[in-house]
Amino acid sequence: MKRSLVQSILLYGCALLLAAFTAGPLLWLAVMSISAPTDLTEVPLHWIPSQVDFSRYANLLSLEGGNGERFLMALRNSLLTAGGATAAALLLAIPAAYAFSRRQASIVLLFAFLATIMMPPITYVLPLYSTFSSLGLLNHTVTLIIVYTAMLLPFATWLMKANIDVLPVEVEQAAFMEGAGTAYTIRQVVLPLALPAIAATAMLSFLVAWDEFFYALIFTNDLSAKTLPVAIADFSAGRVTDYGVIASVGVLATLPPAILAIAFQKFIVSGLVAGSVKG
Amino acid sequence: MLGRRQKREKWILLAPALAVLALITLIPLANTLWLSFTDTRISALPEPVHFIGLENYVYALTDPDFQDALFRTLYFTIVSVGLEGVLGVAVAVLLNQEFRGRTLLRALIILPWAVPTIVNAVAWRLIYHPDYGALNSLLFQLGIISDYRSWIGDPATAMNMVVLADVWKNFPLVAYVALAALQTVPEDLSKAAAIEGAGPWKRFCSITLPWIAGPLMVVMVLRTIEAFRVFDIIYVMTGGGPADSTKTASFYVYQEYFNYLRSGSGASYAVLVAGISAVLIVFYYSATKRQTAGGAA
Amino acid sequence: MNTFGKMILGSAFATLAMSTTALADTTLNALFMSQAAYSEEDIESMTAKFEEANPGVTVALEFVPYEALHDKIIAAAGAGDDGYDVVLFDVIWPAEFATRGFLQDVTDRIPADYTDKVFDGAWTTVEYDGKRYGMPWILDTKYLFYNTEMLEEAGISAPPKTWTELAEQARQIKDKGIVEYPLVWSWSQSEAMICDFTTLTAAYDGAFFKDGEPAFTTGGAKDAVTFMKATLDEGLTNPSSREYFEEDVRRVFSNGEAAFALNWTYMNALANDPEESKVAGKVKVAPAPGVKGKSTASSVNGSMGLGIPANSPHADEAWAYISFLTQQNVQDDYAKLSLPIWKASYSEPKVMEGQEDLIAAAKESIAVMYPRPLVPSYTEVSDILQKNIHQVLLGQASVDEALDAAANRVKRIR
Repeated sequence: MKRSLVQSILLYGCALLLAAFTAGPLLWLAVMSISAPTDLTEVPLHWIPSQVDFSRYANLLSLEGGNGERFLMALRNSLLTAGGATAAALLLAIPAAYAFSRRQASIVLLFAFLATIMMPPITYVLPLYSTFSSLGLLNHTVTLIIVYTAMLLPFATWLMKANIDVLPVEVEQAAFMEGAGTAYTIRQVVLPLALPAIAATAMLSFLVAWDEFFYALIFTNDLSAKTLPVAIADFSAGRVTDYGVIASVGVLATLPPAILAIAFQKFIVSGLVAGSVKG
Repeated sequence: MLGRRQKREKWILLAPALAVLALITLIPLANTLWLSFTDTRISALPEPVHFIGLENYVYALTDPDFQDALFRTLYFTIVSVGLEGVLGVAVAVLLNQEFRGRTLLRALIILPWAVPTIVNAVAWRLIYHPDYGALNSLLFQLGIISDYRSWIGDPATAMNMVVLADVWKNFPLVAYVALAALQTVPEDLSKAAAIEGAGPWKRFCSITLPWIAGPLMVVMVLRTIEAFRVFDIIYVMTGGGPADSTKTASFYVYQEYFNYLRSGSGASYAVLVAGISAVLIVFYYSATKRQTAGGAA
Repeated sequence: MNTFGKMILGSAFATLAMSTTALADTTLNALFMSQAAYSEEDIESMTAKFEEANPGVTVALEFVPYEALHDKIIAAAGAGDDGYDVVLFDVIWPAEFATRGFLQDVTDRIPADYTDKVFDGAWTTVEYDGKRYGMPWILDTKYLFYNTEMLEEAGISAPPKTWTELAEQARQIKDKGIVEYPLVWSWSQSEAMICDFTTLTAAYDGAFFKDGEPAFTTGGAKDAVTFMKATLDEGLTNPSSREYFEEDVRRVFSNGEAAFALNWTYMNALANDPEESKVAGKVKVAPAPGVKGKSTASSVNGSMGLGIPANSPHADEAWAYISFLTQQNVQDDYAKLSLPIWKASYSEPKVMEGQEDLIAAAKESIAVMYPRPLVPSYTEVSDILQKNIHQVLLGQASVDEALDAAANRVKRIR
């Protein structure tokens, strides 16, 4: 189909608008992070920094200063927590999803799973706090991993179930005919076919865990377990006159999930859609 | 069909997930349900607990402030998720066209989704700052406003500003799903309709939309659940103000528990929030079922 | 699943192992806030001195935003041995903490002669129902900061003694075009606004409660809200005040965009620090003004204390640490961001040096410190007042409507 000139202008206009809307706030965050503090309190603002200043990044990425240590430890904790919770959630969700999809586990149970995430998360904070404290597990990365795993499980299970639903049953049946066990079949037959779905589920789960704030705020006490969102709240609550510091922490905290998202974008799409055609 | 072995297997497969959910969420969930019928308070002293039936629920539902909070939450959910849906589908249609720079734009739009909620909230709070914020500066320099104004400090705009920040972060996910779904729409369906004389808008409504409704539902359900219990972005951006104009139901739950220490009453608020959320989801589910059924017919 | 389970168990055992080896020495978990008053560096340095003097006791410090302080104390109250040993608490919480049994009664631990040596206002910070639940530590109130250059330019020779004078001076400064909005406050919907409201209520000789019934619908409290609204209507108060916290007030004032500001002690050092402020050297501090015939100065009790949570297993060590932090010579050494609780400190040369005007103002302000309502449901009362007063400031309700609505809502508290 050939486009008319008007259509072309319209199309490129929309594309430009979309690009500006999406990139604008991100670009501004990046600009803030390298602007001199005085540039950021101009009225009206100068959009181009009068001098480029990377010192905040140097500060945040060096273990020497207090800020750097705080940031790098939080980054490590966040990677461990989000990564660990994602892995654990998938490990539990896949067999469960298989049971729902192929072993006629009741759909009511699946809705019960989902009901647990409809509750405002605040309600779980206090009972979990006393449970973990009696186990001596407060302020541990592993505690957050356990909590996040439970938080991620319902949606991960649902998404994986929807994806397994649309896989051809015949291949599995053939495997069973040849005497393969269920565990073997899931590993050797189902998993390879469901790889895009797993990648999509992992990506979604990782982001939710990477994002979580309130549990981390209440359950962690020091550098050994505080995650990035908590560190960011600390940075922006303390005596920070320089918005640039907050902006540079924001940019750095966005990078890991952004890299993952771009790297896995193909999977995210096919995983989310292939599974959900049948809902 | 299922043998006994397979039935047992079902439970073995489910057991690990069930165990974790039971320990971490299902038991506390049941406990919360129980608490919502009592006058329990958070205390380090042994305090008597009474079963008070529906009193907490009656109190909650006759509290005009909580009613306002519920409507605010509904507003937030419907407007944000609605906008995310519309914008997401529109962007997907755009990105499904062929034009130069499309690959780049596709990669670009996933970035907001990767921005952590806290960073998103803090960044937009800076953008909305009444004195040094980028929004005031931009609109002023473009000549759209003649004076700097307040955005999240003005009850008339505060909630919509939070919605904008939320939409910005979350539309990419919807757009991605919609885009992928669009690519599976069979071309001959659309062509056949065109031959029958259906215009592009009509074809979009009667063929494309029903086709992608199923995939969209998964992501819309996820977004609805998240939006209805919105807390973090409010906590960081406005703290519920100005004059309560952004105080959502989850924020009320938070206050009942952590500020007023009434865990019984807080539990009833929470159950109400979850209940309404569930109703919304069921509504979606059946609406989409009808939509896809109607499209196929 | 197997590996996951092992991971959990492994970690649990690791924790057990750690806690048994730690028995020989005591580690105190202490909770502080990251804003206002003493800086993190100050607290770290005081703590280092304490650890040096007390071998075998180490203190694990945690700093959280003020907004999270209450939540963390509440969550840890049910935590058994694993909670905090020392917590910083705000003047508005002892009533609630005492009735819920969150803090240990330390009345008997405090030496009798302290009662006279420490300001009465400081004691009210930690007292409820005749008992003491900690030691006061941060003795703080809101002062009036003013930009001497702007006042001079407007031909004003002395800072205002009454709120009416303050409005008058602000009007002169505005009329001469020296600054667009001479006044800046922290009037976001938050506790910060209630502190300013309390200061004004004290000045107008108002009351929050009389005989357990809301009394803020008439008299001084009503005059206070009326005054707040009037300065907004007249364009004397920066309208953005309605979304400012204390740090915003400091930023605006330090940028030379306001002639007067109400803020805590810590702003004195920072507004006079050239690295932090464009108006360094031009900032003076005075007690918040009074009202003719009613008061000569006004101030809100914004102090904070250190207490021991009920579930702390190390109460003695915790008390040693609290005693150390609150003793006079330690407080005197760190008197730049927060002033000592001890009467004698205010004539100590090392406390006064470089901040003579602050100390002079403090002597006046501390004498008239006015408490926010001392009721167990304070947080809820405050939230109700915040919402309704904010509605007045935003022009959504009249003063009478809003205060009546607040009173009715307060009566409904369960």
